[in-house]
Amino acid sequence: MSGAVIVTNLVKQFGRFAALRGVTAEFTSARLFAILGDNGAGKTTLLRALAGLTPPTRGSISMLGTTNLRSVCSQLGYMAHPSLLYDEMSGTENLHYFARLYDVNNADQRCAEVICAVKLDPSLTRPVGQYSQGMRQRMSLARALLNDPKILLLDEPFSNVDVRSAREMVSLLAGLRDSGKTIFVVTHQASLLEGAADEFVWMEAGQIVSRTPDLRATAETR
Amino acid sequence: MKRVFPILAVLTGVLLGYALYQALVAAPTEQTMGPVQRIFYYHVPSAWTAFILFFINFFASIVYLIWRNNKADIVALVTAEVGVVFCTVVLVTGPIWARPVWGIWWTWDLRLTLTLVLWLIYVSYLVLRRFSSSGQTPLLAAVLAVFGALDVPLVYFSIWFFRTQHPQPVIGGGGSIDPRMLHVLLINWLAFSCFAALVCWARYRLEVMRRDMDETLALEALLEPHGSSTRSSPTGSAG
Amino acid sequence: MSTVGALTRATLTKDLRLEWRSKDAINSMLFFSFLVVVIFSFSFDPTAEESRQIAGGLVWVAFLFAAVVALNQTWAREMRNQVLDAYRVSPAPPNALFLAKVVGNFIFVTVLQALMTPLFIVFYNLRALGPSYQLPIVAALGTWALVVNGTFFAAMSLRTRSREIMLPLLLFPISIPALLAMVEATGAILTGEFSARFWIVLLAAYDVVFTIASLFLFGFVLQAE
Repeated sequence: MSGAVIVTNLVKQFGRFAALRGVTAEFTSARLFAILGDNGAGKTTLLRALAGLTPPTRGSISMLGTTNLRSVCSQLGYMAHPSLLYDEMSGTENLHYFARLYDVNNADQRCAEVICAVKLDPSLTRPVGQYSQGMRQRMSLARALLNDPKILLLDEPFSNVDVRSAREMVSLLAGLRDSGKTIFVVTHQASLLEGAADEFVWMEAGQIVSRTPDLRATAETR
Repeated sequence: MKRVFPILAVLTGVLLGYALYQALVAAPTEQTMGPVQRIFYYHVPSAWTAFILFFINFFASIVYLIWRNNKADIVALVTAEVGVVFCTVVLVTGPIWARPVWGIWWTWDLRLTLTLVLWLIYVSYLVLRRFSSSGQTPLLAAVLAVFGALDVPLVYFSIWFFRTQHPQPVIGGGGSIDPRMLHVLLINWLAFSCFAALVCWARYRLEVMRRDMDETLALEALLEPHGSSTRSSPTGSAG
Repeated sequence: MSTVGALTRATLTKDLRLEWRSKDAINSMLFFSFLVVVIFSFSFDPTAEESRQIAGGLVWVAFLFAAVVALNQTWAREMRNQVLDAYRVSPAPPNALFLAKVVGNFIFVTVLQALMTPLFIVFYNLRALGPSYQLPIVAALGTWALVVNGTFFAAMSLRTRSREIMLPLLLFPISIPALLAMVEATGAILTGEFSARFWIVLLAAYDVVFTIASLFLFGFVLQAE
């Protein structure tokens, strides 16, 4: 099992603020990685760098065997705290549009499929702006899944989501991992991923300080 | 390199002094306009110098866009700044000359209008550089410089045709120029060019030093964990 | 792979549908345009003969103000909820997004012009003494000139402070040849005193040059952080 994502000495600076200070790590495929850490530890910056949204100041990222992130972007799914959806369109309309961006085959079928996968109703015509936060996060996840990506990058997918929805999302993610996807989840709610995540990656001050399969071990080393 | 700068500075000073003497004293007085015409020796060479500097800016911007060479970005910044200064000289000397001679403050003649538009474009260039976040500034500025350069021929033709439709007085007049005056003009141009090169060089070195310092401070921030940096930074550290 | 054309159409349709639903931009724009026409009519109150001479300038300055207000909200919907990130992460070509936005703005500003022009005609008793068939050509070319650069600079302004002032600050100097052409061409057609042909050719050249330049360079601007 080769490394799906290999990060080498990744540095990202915004002026004099160093968000990432030399991150080196290899992440094997078909795993669920939980990325934890305090605010300002660099978790979001790392995820955005992996998504290709933030070019690194120094260092390199290799994804699916190539350092040209743009060439593999069709195999990436990205989700962040903002919903990345148009508030004035319904969930289905949003997904139909994003399906065009990814040139998804059988768009109608696929859109309905992913909406059902996140336990939402495809026939809902309410605009996304009127959804509850939990529904919006789930619809955003559906959008990230549209192109059946090999790698999923999720930034705080459970924030402000009710516990039941969050648990459903976690089991969905575990299922996706079992089917071979590599999933990165940045979260403050590590306990949600207990039992589902293969590895807990702890970041502090722009570096990875520990990686363990056991959440309790991470808590101790802090 | 360090030796050359003072030598060039002295040479430029001498040249400027000589050019000043030539312009204000030695050159023959123009028959219709009188002494005021001598401003021509400042007005025209400043325009030529500004245009050359903007030309260099265009090339440096292209180099940056293709190769992302930081030195090219500094050259672009420097030539834009000094170019704007010379442009301002043209725009100030124009009305000063026009008023006593033709009785009007401004005229939409080709040179003056073209200079005004270039001045506007490059001031907006400098504002963009100041207002954009530091990571993206070189890229956005280079893109704007390319747009500006593409605009110049269009500006030229539009003003040229506008003037044939609505004839305007031309500052400086057309037609031939006395060879002695041409000689003084060229001397002044040489002096201005040397001066521009000198100032650009000084500014270039200043910018290189500033960026080196920024990089060193950034590297220090890299090595120290957040919050424990004791050095006070003028720009403040980001959250 | 979806062609740029198909994606442009899809994006344009989406934008038009969104605008139709919310109608927030178009309503405020319409009222603003009406205000501009009225204020100009108070400020410049010439006789019918004089008005033909300066109408070209007046009308286009009014259109310019209206266009800037429209252009400033080009990317507003994409900035909300960071939708632009979703676009950047996807394999979709940036030019499709750009073209869709430009055409959308073009339609938008043309609608405004179509509504403001009768008002100007009424307030200034305008009548074209020259070939009036050239007026729509001038309007189309001129609007495209403003909108193609305006959409591009609006995207650039997203990465700067003082976004709303940055757009006109960048747009106006670069647009000077186009503005001059629009004003002169309109004046020529209204007064019938000289031919607008040179200005129309200049506008067409301007449009070609800057459309190509924008398409070429938009990718850089979009990927800038």
